[in-house]
Amino acid sequence: MATLTATRPEVIRTPGRDALVARAVTKTFKSSREGVRRAVNDVSLRVMRGEIYGLLGANGSGKSTLIRMFSTLLTPDEGEVRVFGLDIRADEDAVKRLINRVSVEASFFKKLSAMENLVYAGRLYGVAPDESRAKALVILRRLGVDIDRLNEPLEKLSRGMQQKVAIARAFLTAPTLLLLDEPTTGLDIRSKREVQTFVRDLRDEHDATIVLTTHDLDEAERLSDRIGILHDGRLVAEGTADELRARHGATALEDVFMSVTGRRLDEADAVAEDKTK
Amino acid sequence: MTQMGGQLGLAYAFVEREIALSKRYWAWELVWLVYGIVTSLSVAYIGLAAPAISGGVVDPAAVSHFVLYLLVGTIAWRFLGIIFENIGEVIAWERWEGTIEYTFMSPVPRFTHLIGMCGATLVRATAFSVAILGAVTLFVPVDLSHANALSAVVLLLVGAMAFVGLGIASASFPLLWTEKGLQMAYIVQAVVLLVSGVYYPVDVLPGWMQALSTISPATYVIRGMRAALLDGADLATLWPEVWPALLVGVLSVPLGLRLFVEVERYAKRTGRLKRSG
Repeated sequence: MATLTATRPEVIRTPGRDALVARAVTKTFKSSREGVRRAVNDVSLRVMRGEIYGLLGANGSGKSTLIRMFSTLLTPDEGEVRVFGLDIRADEDAVKRLINRVSVEASFFKKLSAMENLVYAGRLYGVAPDESRAKALVILRRLGVDIDRLNEPLEKLSRGMQQKVAIARAFLTAPTLLLLDEPTTGLDIRSKREVQTFVRDLRDEHDATIVLTTHDLDEAERLSDRIGILHDGRLVAEGTADELRARHGATALEDVFMSVTGRRLDEADAVAEDKTK
Repeated sequence: MTQMGGQLGLAYAFVEREIALSKRYWAWELVWLVYGIVTSLSVAYIGLAAPAISGGVVDPAAVSHFVLYLLVGTIAWRFLGIIFENIGEVIAWERWEGTIEYTFMSPVPRFTHLIGMCGATLVRATAFSVAILGAVTLFVPVDLSHANALSAVVLLLVGAMAFVGLGIASASFPLLWTEKGLQMAYIVQAVVLLVSGVYYPVDVLPGWMQALSTISPATYVIRGMRAALLDGADLATLWPEVWPALLVGVLSVPLGLRLFVEVERYAKRTGRLKRSG
């Protein structure tokens, strides 16, 4: 594992402040179409409290599988995952109270309004409806969401608005560990910037740790304190953007990606798409 | 007490969500209600037309008795069927909405989640059954002067418990077989309809179907309901119908829950707990 430096040394260098620790995690899927596929292969990583950790990789590199294991939706075949010292298998209920996740799909009841979805989500985490409404309004205003549309069915809102509501839903429950699985995929440039600024601001204002998956190099560098590069299910590089560039003699993160995977990111995405056809 | 209150609050989240969804899908709810009324009325008219169809002269009191016999079967089955279907669709519905991962990642114990869904289902099944009964009595004379309402209510509650257990067990099918699990649950429901004497005494069935009827709780509930509503039988008289259905409920609820929890673990190991099938 790479030496940790950082933008927030007081947090990162304090012992016993691990937010997320994955040790030798492996996940294999079997299907009649693809046979046996090792989606995550012996991945170990450590995310410190208050850190934004970016997982960078092409489609099919194992990012979402890893995030789904961190969020208790998948059980690792081998290895161990701990969230604030709690084992995701043995202490599943306690872990669930500490985490929330925003996935690439907005995952809402489409016919319910944004506010109905938010109040429902709040109830699942023990947040009273009035508190949910008040907090949601604050978060959504900061994200630039048109408040007048919050009582419309979610299916009538744009993809960008839906994703902002999904982010508001995650922050509503004040998660200690927030898992953002490609939160800006499919958003227009403005929405993407608003979401990125919000994520950064909230991390600075609150005691939240964020694991972010992305296949956007600019986003990874803009948001992450440290970056891990996943390729074919393996963590092939890890460090701050500066460290990665220095280690590989590169001027851009794209060159680092090329150096450790043998492909450009868009080429790796294209290969992954061909495999799914 | 506080913990129980907290769990009830979590369970209520699902009741509130289902009521909100029913409002948003009001047109479909209207379709199912009209369909239920029309089906029950059609069955009642078959009873009224029995003398004309059979070509014989039948005592009007016997016709009235026959109509009520059929109506008790069809409305009781509607009540039990809604419970079985709604609970059986817990997974399939969330998967269709795309919310399954969010719900299963939330810190709500599975027991509480399913209790909430059962509460919402009982509200819906009761509302539908009362509405259908009310609508049918506008068109067809229904003589309930001999009815023992207490016995009928107790039998419905016992039947509801049994079908909750069977519904929870069948809800796990889509986690085992993502593509065909729900279809399998519907086949189970169809077979239960056939062998439970909903429209006829089970004596007319072939021997092997009669054997199946003895393990269906609907057989006892519907036979008991008829005795309560047509002949005014009290609970002591109905005990031979109550205890088998009660036994199924007492066994099927914990076994159904256990099965569901085990299947959820299996789904997390194999990656079946996902949005798409």
